Amino acid sequence: MLSALGLALGGLLGLGLAGALGLAARWAAFGAAAAAALFALAGLLGGPAVLDLPLGPPGAALRLSLDPLSAWFLLVLGVVALPAALMAAAGGIAGRAEAAGFPLFLAGMALALLAGDVLTLLLGFEAMSLASWALVAARHPAGAGRRAARLYLGFAAFSGLCLLGGLALLAAPGAGFAAIRAAPPEGWRAAAAMALVLLGAGSKAGLLPFHLWLPLAHPAAATPVSALMSGAMVKVALYVLARVLFDLAGPAQPGWWGAPLMALGAATALWGALRANTERDIKAILACSTLDNLGVIALALGLALLFRGADLSPLAAVALSAALLHALAHGAFKGLLFLCAGAVAERAGSRDPDRLGGLIHNMPLVAGAALLGAASAAALPPFAGFAGEWLLLQALLQGWRLADLAAQLLIAAALAAAAMAAALAAAAMLRLIGLVFLGRPRTPRAAGAGDAAGLARVALLLAALFCAAAALLAGPLLGLADGAVAALLGGAAGAPVHGLSLSLGEAGARYAPAAVLGALLLLAALLWRAVRRAGAPAAQRGPAWDCGFQPPPAHLPFGDPLTQPSAAGAAQPLRRALGPLALALREAQSPAAPGAAAPARLQVAARDRGFGALLAPLARARRRAGHEAERLRNLPLGACLALAFGTLVGLLALLAGLGRP
Amino acid sequence: MMALLGALLTQLLHGALLLAAAPLLLGLTRTAKARLMGRRGPPLLQPWRDALRLLRKRPILAEHASVATRAAPYLALSATLLAGLLVPGFAQGMILAPFADLLLIAGLLGLARAALVLAGLDAGTAFGGLGAGRETAFAAFAEPALLVSVLVLALLAGSANLDAIAALFREGGQGLRVSLLFAALALCAVALAENARVPVDNPATHLELTMVHEAMLLEASGRHLALWEAQAALKLAVWLALLAAVFLPFGMAPAGAGPLSWLIGAALWGAKLAGLAFALAAFESAIAKMRVFRVPEFLGAALLLALLAAALLFVSTGLA
Repeated sequence: MLSALGLALGGLLGLGLAGALGLAARWAAFGAAAAAALFALAGLLGGPAVLDLPLGPPGAALRLSLDPLSAWFLLVLGVVALPAALMAAAGGIAGRAEAAGFPLFLAGMALALLAGDVLTLLLGFEAMSLASWALVAARHPAGAGRRAARLYLGFAAFSGLCLLGGLALLAAPGAGFAAIRAAPPEGWRAAAAMALVLLGAGSKAGLLPFHLWLPLAHPAAATPVSALMSGAMVKVALYVLARVLFDLAGPAQPGWWGAPLMALGAATALWGALRANTERDIKAILACSTLDNLGVIALALGLALLFRGADLSPLAAVALSAALLHALAHGAFKGLLFLCAGAVAERAGSRDPDRLGGLIHNMPLVAGAALLGAASAAALPPFAGFAGEWLLLQALLQGWRLADLAAQLLIAAALAAAAMAAALAAAAMLRLIGLVFLGRPRTPRAAGAGDAAGLARVALLLAALFCAAAALLAGPLLGLADGAVAALLGGAAGAPVHGLSLSLGEAGARYAPAAVLGALLLLAALLWRAVRRAGAPAAQRGPAWDCGFQPPPAHLPFGDPLTQPSAAGAAQPLRRALGPLALALREAQSPAAPGAAAPARLQVAARDRGFGALLAPLARARRRAGHEAERLRNLPLGACLALAFGTLVGLLALLAGLGRP
Repeated sequence: MMALLGALLTQLLHGALLLAAAPLLLGLTRTAKARLMGRRGPPLLQPWRDALRLLRKRPILAEHASVATRAAPYLALSATLLAGLLVPGFAQGMILAPFADLLLIAGLLGLARAALVLAGLDAGTAFGGLGAGRETAFAAFAEPALLVSVLVLALLAGSANLDAIAALFREGGQGLRVSLLFAALALCAVALAENARVPVDNPATHLELTMVHEAMLLEASGRHLALWEAQAALKLAVWLALLAAVFLPFGMAPAGAGPLSWLIGAALWGAKLAGLAFALAAFESAIAKMRVFRVPEFLGAALLLALLAAALLFVSTGLA
């Protein structure tokens, strides 16, 4: 299996090269699709295997290894990448840079997941970061997209540096994972390594306060790349987090390491869900919803660490299963939603909900797929997002079993945050569907949109199929993660699965998605029959009543767009109640004057508070450092020589200090 | 085998009783409220008659309405009905009891809410969008209050299964606790918000600007309106049954009991629901509707009460 995967990685590299030379851009996408299918297959089959590549520095060949945890995340990667690559083949990517970057991006992610030693992991992670940056930058030679790419590069560099430091503290360069497991770090080294890995992987995953790049960079890329970045790339960062915190650091580490991860996860979930309600670009809404889901997964990982530290491994298994299952479900529905958003942007000509509307009539396939994805993202039963949230909430409800009062209070607060994030995510998704697909068209372009066709249709159907499978087969799929749960938590624990349903032990709670769907369908069919028996005549079409508003003038065939809810208007109640938590808001109102024909206007400008709190001080510090450095140029010759000498002596002293055993 | 048959029979009986009780409870609330305000009010069976008349009428669909307008009422009513089948009523140990998880019930009610919101946005009218935005915003505050209350119940009963919670509370296993009172207050506030009752929303209002729930139904007519009204009535019944199952669990027929205790349980259940409906009417007559922007404060207070209840419980179990 691993040799096939290694060959696939090599093939992707070759495709990337060919793409860079301008050859066969379409075949690069098809090749990526084939590789993605292979990744998904490897994820399903799993199986421990190790393979040393004939590459790398002397004495430390790059090592690939496939274990249950890598297999699970490979499955996630495959599920996202297969439809995304098909969409890329259908014309989702264009130009040499994108044709080269797309296979390299995929190869980087797979290499990071398959890495069996620290060097390979870093190599894959950095290839993933750089390729995705190139894909964002290639689409935008200038303007806001270019600025987003630059911001992304800055955060990616920070994340890479932190990860490098953290992994270097964990092990000697070139050490395989098995060697680290055999001698896990202790004391301050362990704490520093954990903190650095949390910073590095966390900022790549978009955890607060390093989330600023994500809602800007993800929407700026081409549609299949956005799907990969949101659905798969952030999962690779979470994989690194899980790999280091649960596996490499050894089982003897204290449980409180979970606490910062939980707190950051809960805050990110709330923040992202809230921002998803206020964004005005459908891809940005989806990117903010990614923040929300990432927060939920990080929260579950932190909870699993807390439970593991308190020797409650059955509960730790529930929380860890919640994280793994939600990672898969999020990959499935977020990939689907991004593909739908791309289809809307292409066919209806805009990503602004205020220029869309009523697309369900002309784009039934895209609308149906988006509805499925949105219901999953809203964590409604029996759709895909609910199973993971259900497991997480069940684990949180059992949090009182931790004997520590502080941990109990943290868990109660995290429960409230997770519940609010779930409700906010549902609100954001309903707003998205309602504004884009329901109602009346807001522009002629939206009224003349056409449905997805050809290969794009296949990609959408495939992604919808994955989404439905993740919902209905949650039990058997989680059964695949049993090995990963057992490996990370020690032998006794396993995934909480019983047949087709999720089940927390014999007397515990149970959730059977297929049964819920069946019951809903049965009840709806019975209702439909009962209502039919009443014998009302068939429905008739008429103008909307709209509380007796006068009909629109003849030159507005779809009604007056101003009487439909706008993107800012639909978000107003939540923005008013919760917005100031996450956003610096500026609202400008111009009320309608009595007797005047001009409508009232409300203009809202919202900016993430993170810009003011994190980036502005950084920019000031950079400017000050620049001024200080300028002053060095005016130093007299003697001072310059003294500076050089002092630096030399300092470096030698450092070398001598480090060289001493 | 007999036990399974009994479980199935109680489940079917429960469903039938719930469907019968829903319009009656709504009628009782309306009549009691009218009497308390010095009016005669409609007859008790008026909601039932309205539904039957609406079912025979021809529905009118708005020009730009899509399949969402037609399908949403069926989805919402089936989700609410499934949630109702999971809430124990006159008897315990119904056949769906192992799945009667409070999180699933909350999820199903959320599914019904999502269907309602989509139906409200479907015709592309101003008031539908207004109501949809407000409904989802209220839910963002109601959901955490609900789940933290569930945490309190799960902590006392050891599980979030409603049947298990009811069984334990019926035997008095939880004792008398302050935190239970706080959780009850929080759950009542959530129930008021979820059912669009005063002080959060006025179910009898005719002023569109203040509407939340009704604003999403302005374009519904005929059988669709009948289904939506039935859904609202059933949701009220489900919430009252939930409150009764948790906080007034006495007299429920235990699992595997015979028809005699079913009869007693059913009579007591009816009395409990009627009492709760009357209490709702009395509360609504005594209080004014609050401004829309105050609702987050109201529900935020419920969340804080629930968190306080959880914290008290943590401290007291830690000391014990």
